[in-house]
Amino acid sequence: MYMFKYILKRLGLMIMTFSIIMIMCFVLIKLLPIVIDVKIGEDANIIRNQLIARGYYDPIPVQFFNYMKRIVLDGDWGIGVNLAEYRNMPVWDVFVKKLPPTVLINVYSSLIAVPIGIALGIFAALKKNKWQDHAISTSVMIFISVPSFVYAFLVQYLLCFKLQLFPTTMYGGYDYFAWSMFLSMLPSVISLSFGSVTRYARFTRAELTEVLTSEFMLLARTKGLTKKQATTRHALRNAMVPIFPMIIGEFISVLGGSLVIEKIFSVPGVGGLYLSAINSSDYDFFMLLSAFYTFIGLAASILIDISYGFIDPRIRMGAK
Amino acid sequence: MKATDYQISKEKFVFCSTEGRLHDQKLETKPMSYLKDAFSRFKKNRASITATIIIAILVLFAVLVPIFSDYTVSYNDTYYRFVTPKSKVFSELGIPFWDGTTKKESTLQDFNFYYSMGVETGKNAIVDQKYTLIEKTNLIGRPTTWYKYRLDTYQSVGVVLMDFRAEQYQSIQDYQDRTGIQVIYPVTDPNKRPTSRQDINKVGNYWFETEEVNGKTTIVLDANGNYIPIYKSYSGDDDYYSIVRYEGNQYLYDYAIKNQTGYSVRVNYYEYYIYYHTEYLKDGITEPLFVFGTTNYGADILTCLSSGARLSLILAIVVSSINLFVGAIYGAIEGYYGGRIDLVMERIVDVLAAVPFMIVISLLKYHLTEVPQVIILFIAFFITGWIGMAGRTRMQFYRFKNQEYVLAARTLGANDRRIMFKHIFPNAIGTIITSVVLVIPGMIFSESQLTYLGIINLNTGNTTSVGTLLANGQPYLAQYPHMIFFPAVFISLLMLSFNLFGNGLRDAFNPSLRGTED
Repeated sequence: MYMFKYILKRLGLMIMTFSIIMIMCFVLIKLLPIVIDVKIGEDANIIRNQLIARGYYDPIPVQFFNYMKRIVLDGDWGIGVNLAEYRNMPVWDVFVKKLPPTVLINVYSSLIAVPIGIALGIFAALKKNKWQDHAISTSVMIFISVPSFVYAFLVQYLLCFKLQLFPTTMYGGYDYFAWSMFLSMLPSVISLSFGSVTRYARFTRAELTEVLTSEFMLLARTKGLTKKQATTRHALRNAMVPIFPMIIGEFISVLGGSLVIEKIFSVPGVGGLYLSAINSSDYDFFMLLSAFYTFIGLAASILIDISYGFIDPRIRMGAK
Repeated sequence: MKATDYQISKEKFVFCSTEGRLHDQKLETKPMSYLKDAFSRFKKNRASITATIIIAILVLFAVLVPIFSDYTVSYNDTYYRFVTPKSKVFSELGIPFWDGTTKKESTLQDFNFYYSMGVETGKNAIVDQKYTLIEKTNLIGRPTTWYKYRLDTYQSVGVVLMDFRAEQYQSIQDYQDRTGIQVIYPVTDPNKRPTSRQDINKVGNYWFETEEVNGKTTIVLDANGNYIPIYKSYSGDDDYYSIVRYEGNQYLYDYAIKNQTGYSVRVNYYEYYIYYHTEYLKDGITEPLFVFGTTNYGADILTCLSSGARLSLILAIVVSSINLFVGAIYGAIEGYYGGRIDLVMERIVDVLAAVPFMIVISLLKYHLTEVPQVIILFIAFFITGWIGMAGRTRMQFYRFKNQEYVLAARTLGANDRRIMFKHIFPNAIGTIITSVVLVIPGMIFSESQLTYLGIINLNTGNTTSVGTLLANGQPYLAQYPHMIFFPAVFISLLMLSFNLFGNGLRDAFNPSLRGTED
């Protein structure tokens, strides 16, 4: 019951924060003059009339009411104006089409990073203060500091240009599960995993070393468990408590932070769309994608907190 | 036995000392201040000492190179584009590394193009005119012979056809007479030059006869396998300008063609560059030497990188000190007063912290169109940056505010401000300094990321940024990796050393680690 209340409270706060940000964003966007950027030979009046018909020149409160009404009733987030490719298309449809590459890349990179990162972390923790641990910790320190785009350049130069294992950029098209498509995704997946692997390894090592030195491990050994049994049954399980929420958080934050990687490998994903929306002042796209990224950030933090409560009974009970 | 049973006579009590007054002995060891203690711990950490040295070197690089470099950020030379890094030491020793050369494999046509430069001017575009032949299969599977050689990117511009006014032409001739260095080469016959569009920029280099085969300009050799020159033979129209007066000149060829504005002349670009910068511009450049190479528009990477680094560092340091100031005050108020004030202030922080940085920066960019983008970046970093600092200070205040010494200070009548900044704040200083240091690499990273993505453009002629350099280099990564290499190494080193330095500080400021390493 407590958990339920806690979740409700967190959800309430999240919705409040989200609404405040989105209202501020909406007002600040609507205070700007509408930019209609068409090529020579195209008629800006058609778009202007359409925007007038949609009420884009009304007072801001009226516009906000209409905007919310359209979103809630029809799922209509507006139409593209300045991005020539998506002119007059509903921004929601475009967004949904762009979502799979971004999500897939993140899923793949998590699939690579989680096992490798956690395994490295466990190994380092078990070999604490031996050369294996020093080697892992040092390389983690180096790899965690190097910015993600440097990995991307390295991967692109070595794997794509020199060894020619993969295509330089991701293919277009919608056949996401074809083998060639998977191959073309791999460079971006690898570049994304580097950072994640090091973060998982560092976190796991820190947690596990702490658990390994705690009293109950001594008890487990004294009651007759071998070191291996004690580690797998008691230490690992307890160390997993904070690691699992971290996986969720990492996955979601990577989803929001792969803009650069998406640009380097020309991934036809949400990040590229956001960038072009920003650069071409396409405000409906900007609003939708801002909502998306804000939501992701908020969802990550709330999911982490809630999953802590579900996994670890001590946290659930202790908070009473 | 009662206490009164002991009878000790008064005489038995003697003063142990009658000279002066007795004190506690003064401590003979020196007191260890918090900062001293932290410093002694910091010194023991080899990784952070190394990091400190690297940071010092990088900072010196960012400060000194833009001052002492001959080139400026706005300098660019369209002929010297994509020039590879060259260091004087390696090129003079003839070591094939960092000497301004690049490995190249090409077909006969390209090879001949570069080979002919050395034949005409004696300045070899192909290092020592050495090459090896390799067999490759082309697209349709037929074996073809390819040439493998090292190309000197400084000489591979070769000879360029340029227009000069009469006095410029005269000045170059004077330079030639004075130094004995040949800059001007005989002009080619306009009717015999290749006409193909792709050669329009390289036309100065064709001093030999060519023909067009399948749309490609191909060399024509004479019976002995030598080049057939297409120089314009001596016409004697305009003796003063059409000849070059140096010893042994036999008046075989014309050295210039008169046109509407002046003279069309073929000059060896390497020598002309030296002449142009030492004699004409007098801007301190003595020879083309780009230690980190040049970009796609011919700017010097060393200068651009160092001044971009300077901008990044200044921005990061200024922003983080302002964030420190605002965040510390905000966090102190939150943490000290607690209760309802804390609740309200925390909600404000919650909302601000949840706004993605991209939204902040793009909204600022939309609204402040007139403002320089550096200022926008500055404001954006400020809006979201102080939150972390406030949170950390708040935590520290919650930890310390109920301790006895604070209570004592309050009993003695200290006011809130005094307690906050004189009594509690110094305890939090270690954590706060550490977090300032750890925030700097993050800020430099976001700055380079934003400029890379092109959301923020810091190029204003005299400034540039590391991200812009990376973005410029990315399309040419396959052929010219040096454009990416130096900025990427710089930013990686900077982030790594700041992280190590910050971690060292964190351990140093943690008194519980005292003595654990001994």
